[in-house]
Amino acid sequence: MASVLLPEVSAPGFSFENCQRNAFLEHKGFPAPKATKTGTTIVGIIYADGVILGADTRATENTVVSDKNCQKIHYLAANMYCCGAGTAADTEMTTQTVASQLELQRLHTGRTVPVETASTLLKRMLFRYQGHIGAALVLGGVDRSGPHIYCIYPHGSVDKLPYATMGSGSLAAMAVFESRWKPNMTEEEGKKLVRDAIAAGIFNDLGSGSNVDLCVIRNSGPAQYLRTYEEANVKGKKQGSYRYTPGTTAVLKTKVIPLEVESVSVQQVQPMEVEPSPSRR
Amino acid sequence: MAFMGHTLSPAPLWHNGPTPGAFYNFPANSSNLGPASRPLQDFRAHSASPITTTTSVVAVKFDKGCVIAADTLGSYGSLARFRDCPRVMKVNDLIMLGSGGDYADFQYLKDIIEQKIIDEQCLGDGLNLKPRSLHCWLTRVLYNKRSKMDPLWNNYVVAGIQDGEPFLGAVDKLGTAYEDAAIATGLGAYMATPLIRDVTEKGPLDEESAKALVRKCMEVLFYRDARSFPRYQIGVVTAAGVKIDEPVDLKHDWSLAHMIKMK
Repeated sequence: MASVLLPEVSAPGFSFENCQRNAFLEHKGFPAPKATKTGTTIVGIIYADGVILGADTRATENTVVSDKNCQKIHYLAANMYCCGAGTAADTEMTTQTVASQLELQRLHTGRTVPVETASTLLKRMLFRYQGHIGAALVLGGVDRSGPHIYCIYPHGSVDKLPYATMGSGSLAAMAVFESRWKPNMTEEEGKKLVRDAIAAGIFNDLGSGSNVDLCVIRNSGPAQYLRTYEEANVKGKKQGSYRYTPGTTAVLKTKVIPLEVESVSVQQVQPMEVEPSPSRR
Repeated sequence: MAFMGHTLSPAPLWHNGPTPGAFYNFPANSSNLGPASRPLQDFRAHSASPITTTTSVVAVKFDKGCVIAADTLGSYGSLARFRDCPRVMKVNDLIMLGSGGDYADFQYLKDIIEQKIIDEQCLGDGLNLKPRSLHCWLTRVLYNKRSKMDPLWNNYVVAGIQDGEPFLGAVDKLGTAYEDAAIATGLGAYMATPLIRDVTEKGPLDEESAKALVRKCMEVLFYRDARSFPRYQIGVVTAAGVKIDEPVDLKHDWSLAHMIKMK
């Protein structure tokens, strides 16, 4: 049972409870639904005073843009944020789950939670699901031992790097980092580099688009979430109007027929007696 | 005994069927092939899969001409087997051709193109092959080969001077052809193209900055392409002619390694 202070510890090992049922369903003609990938460009760098995370804002369903301005930088704790690529639902729920576990940890210990804790919680959960949770994350944060950037893959492996990119636009963004990243950049240089990397993803990858979001987490002071740091793709203004000017069509005759009210009657409607349905979770 | 004609061998009894004494491939019947189960190929069809391969080609147009760069590695699958496979060739004084993909297919077309140039010189009519014509010819050849299910497994980049203006075009193994100021094939399309486009969209380049840009792209590709090599060739074509340098070594920086600690 989960207590107030401790999050529920899952039973060790893999749970194969549903495998037989899934195989039966597939045999009967109901295969597991395919999770749709959301193209993305997400990046994170370490600069002189902390970390900077960046993300684009396009969510896609195959080839259709389903959300033009979604939020891909998720809150984990005051000192760490996590960018998510892959299946949108997976990244959202995984980061929320871990955020609540981190808050419990913070209250339990009374200290700022180290970034490594978040990385460990995330990778353990993702490995347990053997890659079926399609969440590819760039975790960035600052703790007592300094700034950290972690790259967490859907199968549960983790890379700890000075700069990281994930998502379909990761190659375009990584090209920018490989040519221009250097250690101990200033905040302005860092923000420009992250903005340029996301822009490379937005303009060269079809799965990424719309605007650039940034999140600056400094060694001291609160994190600064710059939602829509830059609107890289502004919708153009319509240059003409299709409305016809009044008088385009000549008026030949006008006839006004007033509607006369003959009678007004009011009828009371009794609400139906319905049994309240039991609440469901 | 009726003799038909003066032929030494008898006239065939039927067409499109088995010849007595020869191997006959029953059409489209893979169950006949036993445990192998891979469809048996006609011995004349080649390039079903590339064998010795080369990686990206990176090319940029600048104000007076074009630059092409390509490394000199011939990979044998994941083995870095041949370390001196130059793949930027001079066609004539106005055209340069770079290739990525199967190296044997490139060598085949290289010989054909060189012969074309020799024939043209023999004609001696004062007319020279132009880049756009070569681009068009390559497109037709590659498209036809792929339509016969026998592709030349290559990505070509044609650079040259067409009517006084720089020309840069690409053709791939399917016959997809296009022209652009920034062209990169293979993994370069994902990594080098964003870098080049960022610079070319700001304004026209000169030769030195184009070469510096291309060197940067080769460095980035060396870091991130698992089939690349730190030795590459740069070729430049301007109105003055084609100049393809000897392969040079790449300057790469791995000092980042000290910053990566898992704990």
